[in-house]
Amino acid sequence: MSTPQEAAVAPKAATGFWKENLRDYGMLISLVFIVIFFQFATDGILLRPLNVTNIVLQNSYIVIMALGMLMVIVTGHIDLSVGSVAGFIGGLAGLLMVRWGVDIWLAIIACLVVGGMIGGVQGYFVAYFKIPSFIVTLAGMLVFRGFMIAILGSQAIGPFPPIFQKLSSGYIVELISSDSGIYLTSFLIGIVLACLLVWQNFRSRSRRVMHGVESEPFGFFVGKNIVVLAAVGYVAYLISSHRGLPNVLIIMAALIVAYGFFTNRTILGRQIYAVGGNARAAELSGIKTTRLVFWTFVNMGVLAALAGLVVAARLNSATPKAGTGFELDVIAACFIGGASAYGGVGKVTGAVIGAFLMGVMNNGMSILGIGIDYQQVIKGLVLLGAVCVDVYNQRR
Amino acid sequence: MLDPVPLAAEKPPILEMRGISKSFGAVKALSDVSFTVREGEIHALVGENGAGKSTLMKVLSGVYPHGSYEGSILYSGEERHFRDINDSEKLGIIIIHQELALIPLMSIAENIFLAKGPSKFGVIDRDERYKRTKELLAKVGLSEAPETLITNLGVGKQQLVEIAKALSKDVRLLILDEPTASLNETDSAALLELLKEFRRNGITSIMISHKLNEITEVADRITVLRDGRTVGTLDCHEGEVDEDEIVRRMVDRDLESRYPSRTPKIGEVIFEVENWSVYHPQHSSRQVVKNVSMNVRAGEVVGISGLMGAGRTEFAMSVFGKAYGRDITGTVKVRGSKVDTSDVHKAIKAGLAYVTEDRKQLGLILAEDIRKNISLAHLGGVSTRGVIDDISEMKVAQEFRTRMRIRSHNVYQETGKLSGGNQQKVVLSKWLFTGPDILILDEPTRGIDVGAKYEIYSIINELADAGKAVIVISSEMPELIGTCDRIMVMHEGEFVGEVAGEEATQENIMRAIMRRREK
Repeated sequence: MSTPQEAAVAPKAATGFWKENLRDYGMLISLVFIVIFFQFATDGILLRPLNVTNIVLQNSYIVIMALGMLMVIVTGHIDLSVGSVAGFIGGLAGLLMVRWGVDIWLAIIACLVVGGMIGGVQGYFVAYFKIPSFIVTLAGMLVFRGFMIAILGSQAIGPFPPIFQKLSSGYIVELISSDSGIYLTSFLIGIVLACLLVWQNFRSRSRRVMHGVESEPFGFFVGKNIVVLAAVGYVAYLISSHRGLPNVLIIMAALIVAYGFFTNRTILGRQIYAVGGNARAAELSGIKTTRLVFWTFVNMGVLAALAGLVVAARLNSATPKAGTGFELDVIAACFIGGASAYGGVGKVTGAVIGAFLMGVMNNGMSILGIGIDYQQVIKGLVLLGAVCVDVYNQRR
Repeated sequence: MLDPVPLAAEKPPILEMRGISKSFGAVKALSDVSFTVREGEIHALVGENGAGKSTLMKVLSGVYPHGSYEGSILYSGEERHFRDINDSEKLGIIIIHQELALIPLMSIAENIFLAKGPSKFGVIDRDERYKRTKELLAKVGLSEAPETLITNLGVGKQQLVEIAKALSKDVRLLILDEPTASLNETDSAALLELLKEFRRNGITSIMISHKLNEITEVADRITVLRDGRTVGTLDCHEGEVDEDEIVRRMVDRDLESRYPSRTPKIGEVIFEVENWSVYHPQHSSRQVVKNVSMNVRAGEVVGISGLMGAGRTEFAMSVFGKAYGRDITGTVKVRGSKVDTSDVHKAIKAGLAYVTEDRKQLGLILAEDIRKNISLAHLGGVSTRGVIDDISEMKVAQEFRTRMRIRSHNVYQETGKLSGGNQQKVVLSKWLFTGPDILILDEPTRGIDVGAKYEIYSIINELADAGKAVIVISSEMPELIGTCDRIMVMHEGEFVGEVAGEEATQENIMRAIMRRREK
């Protein structure tokens, strides 16, 4: 197979590059615009170091769950129970750590395992019993909300042990002391991460160029990387001027990288997309579709449990109200991020951007003093609008 | 040319279709078809699969509206422009499709009066509805209660309910598309009797059927279609109409050089299926494949011929990892040793590949690109330790794109946007990438143009030359005759005949099926 022939095709494809990738970058551009808008509307409060850290902390659990939800949606299913499961696990954590005094790490592991088991039971009904996931997880939503109230007895349990609180409210240990008000270790980690990201981009591009399959114009590529470098560097700077990197941000970033890699590059990730794209064709290609659907629900359960722990640690108590309505934010994040309700389409980066888009809007509107009533209206319209734009783009 | 000279006593035609042509994209389904039906007769419409019978009836009933075809329709002496099926129904033209259009979880009465029925101010008049349902059921010889759910009826009775539904609409011209295809002997006989009775009551019927013995029994006249053209009309009242005569007219065509030639180099038997039985996935008592056995040698192309519903696809899919049916029994051997094909994954490992007849629903992920579709069944071949190497995946795709002459901008093009022939090549590439020893190709050239067909045949030849065992399932007999070394004839779940490639003619394949039918 001669590559020159393909190389000859590449420039032609370059003209269509924008058209094809507009969808991927569209959401990112919207996020940037919304950030700029609120930055001005709030007179600069939005991007104050304290507030940036807050946005990260406030949305961490949504992002964590969106990673699992994205895969569930890609397989063509939905999970309505995640909010209840997260709340239930928070209650369980309170019960274990505060009331019964179980070792923190043991309790965390137990919570994650229980989360996985809850996902497994729901996944079993969906994958093997072929009951629509909407119904199974609607039942799960009621069941675990009920269990949680049963556990807590309509009272909050707290406070949690200080080490557990660090999960959400802790910051990484600073190794370098500095007097300038900047947490240097955090800043450096941010810069190193940004450089790694850019280096990785360059490496994969040069490999693609070598094989003559790159369609992205070079100028655009350079521009994109400069923006990435600047944006990550700026956020790192902001966060390090407050109190440094929050622990939960590290967890979140690691998960985003891991799930991004899993969905993009691994066989299992690819097969999940195939199941959502055409389940029968996937099955006839030797893919074990039922098993994959089952495991995406188990995964969702574990991530919902982790999110439940993060929320409990942040509130420093397990309350019966925790987790209420989370599922809607998580699902909205995935759809705003370009996932298709029919399955087979959606990206991890999209879901993360979707989550932050919602998060920035929540935060910005609260700062502006918009009531919770109109916040809901606006968020609803943004969801509808984002999906409409997506559908419109696909029809062209 | 075959039309008999009209007699003076003859009844006037109720329907005349003149010069009907209809194309789907580049494919011409009907060209200049003329079709005349006399008042009060039973007129049979016969032809091979794909000859254009169903298309012609859809033109008549308005499924394909006026303007989407050429030619004219005269009904009751007037030219008609049906815009949809409601227009034709108003004039008493009722079509009963091959796939029954009843709603299984509704009652007989609800189904019969689905669109409209006795009601007062929009509220259903239940008593009147039941009374009329009973009358209609009596006319078709059913004694079931009107509130019986459709799902509780057998296929034969469902067919009768469809006819009762047609009667509720004051039918003048009843069109039946393969009405007895899924019926047993007794039900078929009852249905044919009913048609005769309708004739006595002045209802005209058009019956599409493959069952020539039934046609010669009830039809007054027979029109034969072939390749979207009228071959001629036979009058059954002018001397005995020979079934062989009908068959000859149905299949007669020259084989030209539409098939690339090949010198077979046939080796050992590498694929064997023994005593294979399959039951219908929903109707567990219906045996779809009945204890059949077959084998294929290395380098051999074996065809499976048969009419629609003969059980060919069911046989192939059940062998391929039990992808169809239930209570599957039998053994599969590859190179003399028994292999486990209990799921698709294992079947692929055993060296089998199945190219589905329905590439859009079962073969491709239409929203994904060529590259991802090709690697899908063998992702292990482009990855190390579970991680896909996108460069080697891309190279594999490019290799197949060149080898199979897939016409696209590049391998990143969505498969949904390719033409049928190119889509089929992508599906073939996917299976060739798994490195199979045995390939089962189910209707490999359905819905693709002549040029692409030739390329597919060439690929089949290459595979056989490479020592693979190839099974081709096709409804187009010339295709099987042109490509296969041996043809197995399947009928009602059994192999009823086997014809060597050089001896195969459409007549003797059809005869094997018909012989079995008459038993």
